[in-house]
Amino acid sequence: MLDASTFLNKPAGAVNVAAAGATEAATGETKVIARDVSVYYGDKRALHSVAVNILARSVTAFIGPSGCGKSTFLRCFNRMNDTIEGARVEGTILLDGRSIYDPELDVVELRARVGMVFQKPNPFPKSIFENVAYGPRIHGLSRSKADLHEIAVTSLQKAGLWDEVKDRLNEPGTGLSGGQQQRLCIARAIAVSPEIILMDEPCSALDPIATARIEELMDELRQNYTIIIVTHSMQQAARVSQRTAFFHLGNLVEEGLTETIFTNPSEKRTLDYITGRFG
Amino acid sequence: MADAALPSSIDWSNDRTVARRRRRHAAERRLRYYGLAAIMTAVGLLALLLTSLIYNGYQAFVQTMITLDVTISEKYVARDNPREGNYRLVIRDSLRSLFPEVTGPADERALAQILSSNAPYIVQGRVLDDPSMIGRTVPITIPASDPFDQLNKGAVRRASPESERRVTDKQIGWFDRLDAEGRVAKPFNWGLFFNADSRLPEMAGLAGAITGSFYALLVCFLISFPVGVAAAVYLEEFAPKNRWTDIIEVNINNLAAVPSVVFGLLGLAVFLQFFGLPRSAPIVGGMVLSLVTLPTIIITTRAALKAVPPSIREAALGIGASRHEMVTHHVLPLALPGILTGTIIGLAHALGETAPLLLIGMNAFITQPAGGIFEASTALPTQVYIWADSPERGFVSRTSAAILVLLMFLITMNAIAIYLRQRLERTW
Repeated sequence: MLDASTFLNKPAGAVNVAAAGATEAATGETKVIARDVSVYYGDKRALHSVAVNILARSVTAFIGPSGCGKSTFLRCFNRMNDTIEGARVEGTILLDGRSIYDPELDVVELRARVGMVFQKPNPFPKSIFENVAYGPRIHGLSRSKADLHEIAVTSLQKAGLWDEVKDRLNEPGTGLSGGQQQRLCIARAIAVSPEIILMDEPCSALDPIATARIEELMDELRQNYTIIIVTHSMQQAARVSQRTAFFHLGNLVEEGLTETIFTNPSEKRTLDYITGRFG
Repeated sequence: MADAALPSSIDWSNDRTVARRRRRHAAERRLRYYGLAAIMTAVGLLALLLTSLIYNGYQAFVQTMITLDVTISEKYVARDNPREGNYRLVIRDSLRSLFPEVTGPADERALAQILSSNAPYIVQGRVLDDPSMIGRTVPITIPASDPFDQLNKGAVRRASPESERRVTDKQIGWFDRLDAEGRVAKPFNWGLFFNADSRLPEMAGLAGAITGSFYALLVCFLISFPVGVAAAVYLEEFAPKNRWTDIIEVNINNLAAVPSVVFGLLGLAVFLQFFGLPRSAPIVGGMVLSLVTLPTIIITTRAALKAVPPSIREAALGIGASRHEMVTHHVLPLALPGILTGTIIGLAHALGETAPLLLIGMNAFITQPAGGIFEASTALPTQVYIWADSPERGFVSRTSAAILVLLMFLITMNAIAIYLRQRLERTW
């Protein structure tokens, strides 16, 4: 069993990962350590030995052209790749020093600790309240009805949706606008008090105003949660994230402070991508 | 590049291009007419079927009844033992009082033939229900026998020579006198729904067939719904995709294509001969029919499960629901309208299935509705089969009427399926 310290004290394994070393780990608490992560879909290798450190209570953005493996990598953190027929994950991902691919670890617990918001808003076709209350209910997080209500209200407040829906908690979640639905999905994820929230292109189906609303929300949420976001929009990555990882053709090309990646990348491919020469 | 190969300008108005466009439009019109013609043919055939059924069958929904003033004389029926009374003589006496001029055993027998030969039992039934009738004269309505029912409905023509019909001129005269006295009526034939089968067309009804079909479908539903849904959920949500599940899938599709008569043979060999279950019983019918509906239910349930968007599954799994919770809390409720629709359509299919029921003996002659799933019974389609095979004139229209009743049940079930689908269907 590998433990976190072996990785923290050594320079990162992959050549390209210049930034994910021990020096920057000191600036914040490292929440997730991924080393040598490869993903295969059948015989096809979608991700090549990726290594990255995710810092706690910050926003990390994964950027890159379509099909570069960033979503695939994101889905490794809550083992959503397990649900895809023929998908296979190799390598090590440690959450607070513990491997999430440990056979002893219950994936149900993992997914409660690592919440996810998807590309297309996908509220359950149930009431707004039921959408938010579902997670706490199945995990038994509330002792009473009032407790459950409290959790739902707090989650909706944190997701910035409370004022818009407080009068219609029993109306179907699918009746909300796209942006509201996505915030409902964020509230649903928050309701089980996750430590990490994964966001897979959460704004790609939304208009600019709804997008701005979600970006603001991310900025608030990073006070309490570790957020990893996959995005197609480089501007979005620049606006919301503290660290950025650039993927290309299944490889992690470069990872570092967002500021550095966008102003002074060390790789030519990164520079070409952020200046719009491909992708 | 290949720019040189492209024409620089196209003349859209010369004869060749215009003719070409006209041909394309004509082809489109032709296709539309073919489709229209196909639909007209289908609707026409359906209309033809219904018209011929209604034309042949509507007469069976009314029944000629004759009202007699019957004197329940203590001479024939003892007050302390009404069951053993001689009701044949009770009928004879009441006919004698109406037709005093008819004498002699041959004529008296001919006169009695106007009434259903079940008449003594009908009177007996009334007396047993109300013993205070004994010693009094009461009006009792008795079905006319089949030849006179047909005569009254116009199916037996008076103009035809006497030797070619089952009613003599003399009998027609008596019948007309009864009619003139207002004793003949043609009310709605409730007996068609509330009587069991009989050798006498005027007494035969579908009660036995309807209860038999009901019990068989009940058994069929109780077996095929849970088994079918569970199998579909396993195959769709839990089974690994490998060679074994492929084989199972192919075989389920094969099962759907197996002729139902084969399931009947299986039922005969396994359920009746090996397990020794009772013959002609709805439980065996239901078990055999569940083999017929099972593939339908599995296939439609799988389609309904497939139609639930993957985003809902991801949403459930993403907040830490187990697969079991994902299926029971989210996927199944969303697939339920589709599952119910498939089940009802499967059951409707089973309701009309005849061949397997013939093989397990549900085409027996049974004069009492089944009291449970273990008692011998017929079913609606087998009743149609039995009646279609009967020589009496009255069974011709009754066969059509039975088919109409069967179709009515089928249409009702399909309408429920459509209603459920539209009512419960969700959009997301």
